[in-house]
Amino acid sequence: MPDTSDANEPFDVAIIGAGVVGCAMARRFTIDGARVVVLEKAAEVLDGASKANSAILHTGFDAPPGSLEQKCIADGYAEYLEIRESLGLPLLKCGAMVLAWDDEQVVQLDGLVAKAHKNGVMDVALRSRAEILTQEPQLSSAVMGGFVVPSEYVIDPWASAHAYILQALANGAELRRNCEVLSGVFDRVWRLETAQGAVRAKQVINCAGLYGDVIDERLLGRRDFSIMPRKGQFVVFDKPASELVEAVILPVPTKTTKGVVIFRTIFGNIAVGPTAEEQESRTDASTDAEALKALRDKGIEMLPALADYEVTTVYAGLRPATEFQDYQITNHAEQGYITVGGIRSTGLSAALGIARHVSRLNAGVEFSGAPIATPICPAPDRLSNYHPRDWESPDHGGIICHCELVTKREILAALDGPMAPTTLQGLKRRTRVCMGRCQGFYCTGPLATLTEGRLDPALGERDG
Amino acid sequence: MAEQHCNIAIVGGGTAGLALATELRRLGVSGVTVLERELEAGGVPRHCGHYPFGLRELKRVLKGPDYARKLVQNARAAGVDIRCDTTVTALHPQARLSVNTSEGSYELQATRVVLCMGVRESSRAQRFIGGQRPMGVLTTGALQSMVYLNHQRPFRRPVIIGSELVSFSAIMTCRHMGMRPQAILEENDRVTVRQFMRPFPALTGVPIRFNTSNIRILGEKTVEAVAYTDGEGQGHQIAADGVIISGRFRPESALLYASHLEVDQGTGGPSIDQYGRASDPSYFCTGNLLRPVETSSWCWHEAVETAGRIAQDIATPIGGEGHVPLCSADPDIRFVVPQRLVKSNAPNAMTQMQLRLSQPVSGHLTALSDGKTLWGDYMSSRPERRILAPLKPLLKPDLNAPVELRVL
Ligand SMILES: Cc1cc2nc3c(=O)[nH]c(=O)nc-3n(C[C@H](O)[C@H](O)[C@H](O)COP(=O)(O)OP(=O)(O)OC[C@H]3O[C@@H](n4cnc5c(N)ncnc54)[C@H](O)[C@@H]3O)c2cc1C
Ligand SMILES: Cc1cc2nc3c(=O)[nH]c(=O)nc-3n(C[C@H](O)[C@H](O)[C@H](O)COP(=O)(O)OP(=O)(O)OC[C@H]3O[C@@H](n4cnc5c(N)ncnc54)[C@H](O)[C@@H]3O)c2cc1C
Repeated sequence: MPDTSDANEPFDVAIIGAGVVGCAMARRFTIDGARVVVLEKAAEVLDGASKANSAILHTGFDAPPGSLEQKCIADGYAEYLEIRESLGLPLLKCGAMVLAWDDEQVVQLDGLVAKAHKNGVMDVALRSRAEILTQEPQLSSAVMGGFVVPSEYVIDPWASAHAYILQALANGAELRRNCEVLSGVFDRVWRLETAQGAVRAKQVINCAGLYGDVIDERLLGRRDFSIMPRKGQFVVFDKPASELVEAVILPVPTKTTKGVVIFRTIFGNIAVGPTAEEQESRTDASTDAEALKALRDKGIEMLPALADYEVTTVYAGLRPATEFQDYQITNHAEQGYITVGGIRSTGLSAALGIARHVSRLNAGVEFSGAPIATPICPAPDRLSNYHPRDWESPDHGGIICHCELVTKREILAALDGPMAPTTLQGLKRRTRVCMGRCQGFYCTGPLATLTEGRLDPALGERDG
Repeated sequence: MAEQHCNIAIVGGGTAGLALATELRRLGVSGVTVLERELEAGGVPRHCGHYPFGLRELKRVLKGPDYARKLVQNARAAGVDIRCDTTVTALHPQARLSVNTSEGSYELQATRVVLCMGVRESSRAQRFIGGQRPMGVLTTGALQSMVYLNHQRPFRRPVIIGSELVSFSAIMTCRHMGMRPQAILEENDRVTVRQFMRPFPALTGVPIRFNTSNIRILGEKTVEAVAYTDGEGQGHQIAADGVIISGRFRPESALLYASHLEVDQGTGGPSIDQYGRASDPSYFCTGNLLRPVETSSWCWHEAVETAGRIAQDIATPIGGEGHVPLCSADPDIRFVVPQRLVKSNAPNAMTQMQLRLSQPVSGHLTALSDGKTLWGDYMSSRPERRILAPLKPLLKPDLNAPVELRVL
């Protein structure tokens, strides 16, 4: 462990923000040999844009050919498949289908397939209406045509990012939470003022997601883009509904959004979303009844049998969109500063690729350590419904959350392990406790007792 | 995987499961096992720290936890094998269960399984209550379990959403630990309880707001306020540090949905015949799993009757090939139990069907099959009231077409 109290020994790299991009960045630079510190404003990692998404591992088939986004998605996708077994990360090999529901959309299919091929996703192929309905018999017969993207997959949006940062930590990086970066000056090294005092680093990487422009403003004194948050709401259906459909069901995209998607989650549910709503607030991920009803109806329109299933939960996430289409990644080499901004709607897929790209941009810079040839792989959170879970192995101490079958052993492992969650939100993302159909009806009581003194805010208080 | 055997495997050790098990033993049935996922049996009454429980079935008035303890004692004394910390994770054809305990998993082969998993309240998400997602949004059940079983207070000034009977339990639970409900928000123009209970909230001093819509929860980390629109379209905000989501019960039927058993969309519970058997006749079902929602006392009696049918089925199989559906053909009728009528002359069949309405209705409740009226009677009722109607007139020997219920 590096000694951080030594003010004379600056970190090689300070990463601002522990969203999925910051987590992947921390892993990459730690493996590259850098002494890394990650500074995160929130009490938990993944508290910004990365809190809520569709969890699709995109191939990038529909990204603008030749864009940085397309390249990072392709690289990120490849690296995820490469490292996922060593990190114990799940993959739901479901494939996707892009479907046209009216004549206008049908006309676009050929062009989209050609674009996919241009992007190197060669297994994308047109399918007739009959073929689509044979492959996914529960789909509404109103479908007119489409194409398959066999290698679009679904992953665990939290366990993956957690695994990246946990691997960074296990190999020497440091994470400071509740540590908002307030200002900074560069004088051969950076001196960052944070909510927890000064931090010195030779380089800064801005991975502040929804606050990317704010951080540039605070540290560089200017911004090259402005974040325009775009909210996406989702409706999640009960687990038995996941039998209804195998592939991710995508619509023909429009200019601003990929449209409303039906997808299975790695946790065994089926979800419909997201919406695309521009807003000012960078924090307000409210849901509203109207939008949720519309999503449910849209889902039922495409997959009529959904009408028979209960809703398990709803959620919303904020995309860090900008006025530009592409990612905003800029190396301010002379100031030891790299901006990684505007990673709006593909960051989960691209994170590992973005980290590689930034590492290449930075190739000339020397770090205090040597690259780590065989990095330590910490134990992952095993939350996938399609893979063995903790409750299936003996001596788990009892099931606390009955809907998601979360065990006492799992909860204690998270609370006692590295990067222990300090909020209920964080604990949920690490274990899925309270995330099931009862939304806490059964487990809140026992959980309040089990987590007593360990979460802030606490679930409850006692008298006296 | 290890395999174990028992005669009657009962899933769920709440009121229904315990009453059923005890009665089976009284009737001389051996090998009765209750599987309960909590660390203690007793079900929902365990965390209802208020009166009145037990009046009719135990001939005394108890608080929920004492009542639950008494039911457990009775079952143990009768020789029931109660296994706690034991979760049933899957239902398989012919009375076979997958079971998980903290020590490990096993398969349990029984001759009959009885499903008694009860009900729970629907969640905030299921009701599409919008707004932010702070901590401190709980169902009454979660609140009761925190307060009575874990002695913790989640908030001090909650708003209660919904005015079914259980919202009064929420008020009493709040008072138990010094929480002060700020208001009850109700979508309808009146309280959703039986007439005689209506003055209750007023007596406790909690204001009720009727005709509320577009309820939104505000607050980033913890609840700060609840916003709603009133009947005139005017927006309001109530400062609060918590929200209690009450009522709108749903059977706890996750296991059913994932199984081979038929589920009824009306009740959200299993589709059963007039003997209480699911679509796989090695499975019986009873208690509040059947439908939302009855009192503990009702579930107790229902379970005792079901025990009689099971004992009977073991001695002389009920049998009954094929079935005709019994269903609502009217949007005003929310559900009917049972949902299947089998042809069998076995004794002990249910004598009445249970119905609930989706809105206040007056008219002729009528059972039709193949265009012919089997039965009818005048009825005037409301959604919160249980409606009972005779089953016998429907069980004609030549019954072949589905029986549909309508209000004419
Ligand atoms: C509705 C929706 C659906 C999506 N679906 C998919 C999908 O299916 N597949 C996919 O690949 N991608 C998807 N995405 C995109 C993906 O979620 C984002 O691209 C990604 O999460 C962006 O991550 P980030 O790390 O850049 O930003 P963030 O997650 O916002 O991380 C930035 C972090 O910086 C911290 N921070 C901010 N300011 C400061 C400061 N001053 N000091 C310290 N820390 C600070 C924040 O607290 C935050 O934790 C979706 C996004 C949304 C919203
Ligand atoms: C919040 C709430 C408040 C209520 N208040 C009252 C009241 O004040 N008065 C009243 O008369 N009634 C009340 N009721 C109604 C209540 O349902 C009945 O009183 C009674 O508990 C019904 O008995 P039951 O056996 O059907 O279900 P429950 O008592 O709910 O028992 C079901 C049992 O099954 C267990 N179980 C479920 N799934 C599994 C599984 N997979 N494996 C193993 N075990 C499982 C559960 O842990 C539980 O112990 C309330 C209900 C709720 C939800």
